[in-house]
Amino acid sequence: MTQVLVAVVQVFAVAVGGPLLLGLMRKVRSRLEGRDGAPIHQPLLDVRKLFAKQRMRPRESSWVFGAAPVVLVATVVAVAAVSPLATTHPPLGQSSDFFAVVFVLLLGSVVLALGALDTGTAFGGMGSSRSMTIGALCEPALLVAILAMAISARTSNLPALARVGLAHPAVIASPTRILALSSFLVVILAESGRLPVDNPSTHLELTMIHEAMVLEYSGADLGLIIVGESMRLVFLLGLLVNLLVPWGVAERPGVLFFCVGLFSLGAKVAVAGVMIAIFEVFTAKMRLFRLPELLAGGFVLALLGAVTAVVAR
Amino acid sequence: MNDVYVVAIGLAGVIAAILGGALPVSSRVGAAVALTWVSCAAALGAAVTVLSSDHAITISTTAILPLTGVTMTLDPLGAIFVIPISIVAMASTLYWLGYAGHGLSSRSASSAMPLFVTSMLLVPFAASVATFLVLWEMMALTSLVLVLTDQSRREAARSAAQWYAVMTHAGAAAILLALVLLSAHAGGQTFSDIEAHARHLSGAVRGTVFVLALLGFGSKAGAVPLHVWLPKAHAEAPGPASALMSGAMVNLGIYGIVLVGYRLLGGGPVWWWLLVSVLGVMSALYGALYAATSSDLKRLLAYSTSDNMGLILIALGASGLFGASGHPTTAAIAMVAALLLMVNHSVFKGALFLAAGAVQVATGTRDLDRLGGLMRRMPVTGIVFLVGALSVAVLPPFNGFIGEWLLLQGLLHGLPTSNTSVVISISVAVATLALTGGLTVAAFVKATGIGFLGRPRSDEATAAHEVAITMRVGAGALAALCLVLGLVPMLVLPAIERAAASTGQVHATSVTNGWVSLHLLGLRGVLAPSLLAAGLASAALVVIVIRRIAHRRRNAWPAVNPVEPWGSGRKLQTARMQYTATSFGEPLLRVFDDVIRPSRDLDVSHLVESRYYIERIAYRTSNDDVIERQFYRPFIAGVRWWGQRARWLQNGSVRRYLAYGFVALVIVLVAVT
Amino acid sequence: MTFRLLLQTVLHPTSVVKDVGEAPTSQHPPVSLHGSLQVRHVDAGSCNGCELEVTSAFAPVYDAERFGVRLVASPRHADALLVTGPVTKNMVDPLRKTMQAMPEPRLVISLGDCAHDCGVFKGAYGVEGSVSDVVKVDVHIAGCPPHPEAIVEALRNLTGR
Repeated sequence: MTQVLVAVVQVFAVAVGGPLLLGLMRKVRSRLEGRDGAPIHQPLLDVRKLFAKQRMRPRESSWVFGAAPVVLVATVVAVAAVSPLATTHPPLGQSSDFFAVVFVLLLGSVVLALGALDTGTAFGGMGSSRSMTIGALCEPALLVAILAMAISARTSNLPALARVGLAHPAVIASPTRILALSSFLVVILAESGRLPVDNPSTHLELTMIHEAMVLEYSGADLGLIIVGESMRLVFLLGLLVNLLVPWGVAERPGVLFFCVGLFSLGAKVAVAGVMIAIFEVFTAKMRLFRLPELLAGGFVLALLGAVTAVVAR
Repeated sequence: MNDVYVVAIGLAGVIAAILGGALPVSSRVGAAVALTWVSCAAALGAAVTVLSSDHAITISTTAILPLTGVTMTLDPLGAIFVIPISIVAMASTLYWLGYAGHGLSSRSASSAMPLFVTSMLLVPFAASVATFLVLWEMMALTSLVLVLTDQSRREAARSAAQWYAVMTHAGAAAILLALVLLSAHAGGQTFSDIEAHARHLSGAVRGTVFVLALLGFGSKAGAVPLHVWLPKAHAEAPGPASALMSGAMVNLGIYGIVLVGYRLLGGGPVWWWLLVSVLGVMSALYGALYAATSSDLKRLLAYSTSDNMGLILIALGASGLFGASGHPTTAAIAMVAALLLMVNHSVFKGALFLAAGAVQVATGTRDLDRLGGLMRRMPVTGIVFLVGALSVAVLPPFNGFIGEWLLLQGLLHGLPTSNTSVVISISVAVATLALTGGLTVAAFVKATGIGFLGRPRSDEATAAHEVAITMRVGAGALAALCLVLGLVPMLVLPAIERAAASTGQVHATSVTNGWVSLHLLGLRGVLAPSLLAAGLASAALVVIVIRRIAHRRRNAWPAVNPVEPWGSGRKLQTARMQYTATSFGEPLLRVFDDVIRPSRDLDVSHLVESRYYIERIAYRTSNDDVIERQFYRPFIAGVRWWGQRARWLQNGSVRRYLAYGFVALVIVLVAVT
Repeated sequence: MTFRLLLQTVLHPTSVVKDVGEAPTSQHPPVSLHGSLQVRHVDAGSCNGCELEVTSAFAPVYDAERFGVRLVASPRHADALLVTGPVTKNMVDPLRKTMQAMPEPRLVISLGDCAHDCGVFKGAYGVEGSVSDVVKVDVHIAGCPPHPEAIVEALRNLTGR
């Protein structure tokens, strides 16, 4: 019973935290641009309004168009429930494998790309083509980064990776983990459509990657996509910070520890989000055909991490 | 009692072939299919018996084949190959019932198909060199007949059959050499004789045999660089035949490598398995890359077969490397992963090819650039293809993911070792797995999205409608099996473990534990596929309910309104403004430009009156196989040049020819003495 | 930029932002938007003077985003269509299509005198008519060009903040 409650609370935290993080990042960017910006909870208001609006679908689309937002959110909800976000003993912890988590999130991206192709417009095809290209080039970096961390911890089980950092703090400062997590950060920026890979607030369709896939969605579908994408960013940043700076995560059962864990998760993810937002202000979007160089750089970092992991053992 | 199975397989197949050739059009396909089903059922019965009781089935007779007789033994290793072949065969032949009206009901096709299935089913039973080679050749010839089914109407089918014929026989020659070398040294041609004698062979002989077998069987499996026949033949073969070729026949290439490497030769040094891994890495990367940039639906699927076979070779190579460097646990996991990848590939590739065949029947074209909107017009085929695509892209909750996870775990736990060559090759293997995974995802999003979703890009696609019920059931059964195996892989894992153990090189380690989760014994790794799927399904349900509730408050307008797609307000929005498969793959093509080297042709013609006005622009791009272009075609051109140079030998004079014969006889007599 | 300067900029809004009054309470917006308004801008044939003022309205001094308003790229994401300029003959169909592409509940805001009654372009050969001749207009912001404060006030009436 407590396990179910832990899962529900973690999912709820990620679901609410997603739009809040989005609002926080927009706020930081606005402030650095010299203006006040919308309040932090604005995306929550946007989503609430969207759920009350009409849903439209292109005339010749199939059921895939409507299913895509649902599957996107479902994948993030499913992984958020079983991952070490607020506690190092999440429900179904021993089957919570890092590879499984990554592939489940990939399922969400794939179905979104299919939904974009189902719109029958040129924009949808462009968005999914670019998104799949970037995804294809991100996967080597991501899998090798996970491999690097898993080799040194002797398992790819996510809660175990988080616990090992708490038990042996020296592991966190090891070159393996630093290199692997830098590579992971590059992949997070690429997969979530942040600068320098993709500008989330662009209005020019020819520069869009992720936004082009959702141009056709409206109403509750759009609301689900916004929530799903921001949940995914919060989730990935949550994993990143728990692997890099694990202190504060609940190690023992108990309501107090869990609340402290939730609070520290929120604080750490907020700090990470703010740092990313500040970085975005000082970065320009890279040309689409220069992205393979960036992602290859991420892959090299991950590979170095794997090599140091093997050598160190 | 068990002999009945083997006799039934062979007899049913032969009778099916005879009936297929003799009966009139209305009944020949039905009879052939019914008897083929009997054959497959018998094969399944034999395989299940062997796997559950751990006793091999043996049958031998001196009849049927003169001089050598026929020896057949089914052990657990062979059984695990028989099972996917018979399942895919049952689904494909059922599909054939509906497909027959579209050009596959001729006498030659109706007798070749049952023989093809029977020979594939019996190859894992073969226990002597002669039996094996006869069945292998029968398999090649019958599949050639099937590829040639449409040759009178299409030049491409003829050319594909030529390439297939030459390369499969070159492969068969290599296999023949290898097996004959073995039996010559062993003094007998049954596999048990060879196994007994194997340890007395010198390292050089063993090495030669293994390399020859790897080349021959690798070519059959579609390993790069011996794969060039595969995209041609699998794309040109009719629907059920291509499903059988890609879903069943290529497995026998893997079977051959395991047979020679493990059973006949009893394992080997590290460099064997390094070679296997290298072939695997090349195949996986090359196949995935070409699949991602191809716009012909069946060619894309064929290159994906090459890619998956590469992954299986990587797993086999890893297993051998771990075994040779003293890590039996990870060797076992890698072997189990290889066999599971093989089983999964049969199921999802069979489903994909059957769905592609249905698309070809309904629209008349394989060109993705002319398809689209088929999910609404052919819902069952669309869902089958979607399930197959998600499986091949190794996404949960389907079966491809389980095999990939097992392989990753095996590589992960085997990587930290002191053997440098192992470390380097396994690191390369992981990077390859990751890159091919990404490219495969891109390839199949393209195939599903452009082929089935959006608006139809041509009149043929607009006019498409769903295919016959038998075709839908055949393809749907395989797709359903993809889901079932993804939720409950424990259905096949014990059998796979037993088969892996019977190679003699890996210990029977338990990868399974209960019906809900997979545990790696001896290592820390757990996966619970059904819980994962249950979690996804319940999350999806919750989201759908939330979406429904959000609408209950507003009922002034319809919940979902079908409207014109948004195209920046332009006046005319046609279906041709959508992305095509060529444009979808263009960014990847640009990134990998140096490897694929596509040829581009741009032709601009101006108006006669003035050079400033353009009348017509024609753009042609082709990315044909670079290995074929750079290696095979120059080789063929060289052979042709050499042949033309040697023309002077054939001047028509009978006296000259008699003199040749005399000289050759003298040389042979001198050599023999 | 030093870390302290960065932190200061993020934590304290600059003094360039204009002081604003209380949220409008007596207005009844045509539709209830719960404090969130996404606007899609369409230039139906304007001289771009109004666009400059819109840019000003969303820029650091007037900052309409504070009140929950955001410009979006696709009409499917939008609640309101902000139309500037008289509607030229070529823009009649695109304007209608853009309006129809918006999901209900939706609004049309016409910005500037040209949008209201063609302004100085009345009777020009390329002009079809004013925005209300082509689509139904819900809110009008007067001016040639309208002052950014007027734009922000009209938007605040819609979001209620």
